[in-house]
Amino acid sequence: MSRFGELPLWVALVVAFLLVLGSAITLLGAIGLVRFETFYQRVHAPTLGTTWGAGAILIASMIFFSFVQSRPVLHEILISVFVIVTTPVTLMLLARAAFYRDRAESGNPPPGMPKL
Amino acid sequence: MSAIVLILALALSQFLLVLAMGCALYRMVRGPRAQDRVLGLDAFYVAGMLLLLTLGIRSGFTLYFEMALVIALLGFVSTAALAKFLMRGEVIE
Repeated sequence: MSRFGELPLWVALVVAFLLVLGSAITLLGAIGLVRFETFYQRVHAPTLGTTWGAGAILIASMIFFSFVQSRPVLHEILISVFVIVTTPVTLMLLARAAFYRDRAESGNPPPGMPKL
Repeated sequence: MSAIVLILALALSQFLLVLAMGCALYRMVRGPRAQDRVLGLDAFYVAGMLLLLTLGIRSGFTLYFEMALVIALLGFVSTAALAKFLMRGEVIE
């Protein structure tokens, strides 16, 4: 744990704030996943974790490793770009699959949804 | 001083991320229909990836970054394949 002590205090404070912010937002999204009523409401909740949750923790990791290795460490951008690009794709595929399943079962679109 | 701040923040954020994984696991076990379970799996792997990143900050190894990248890649492929399966009944047509 000696390498934590070498960091300047403001870097430690920024990294700590970003870590707690990101994990708290991810937890909020997961609580929304548990508490919302229907699937079409629930599909919105975990995107909190993939936008600001992942973003804040990845920025914290970038700042921490850049100061520990005293050179810019930017490879976390790979994960953030990948997560930002893929999350809308997967969730739209999933919501469309759920829409087709609901319509195939009841014959009508789910309440509040337009007819295709 | 900065060591204490970082160790406390890492412990707190790992605790919150494990709670988030627990919520996603609840939805995965309990979810009334198959799409809810897939959504729970999606939230579960995102929280697991973030947990690996905090573990990497804690231990100082950049190796954990590669593990998180692999989890992100495989999670995208698995969720897309499961959504395709729910829609059509088969993955590769």
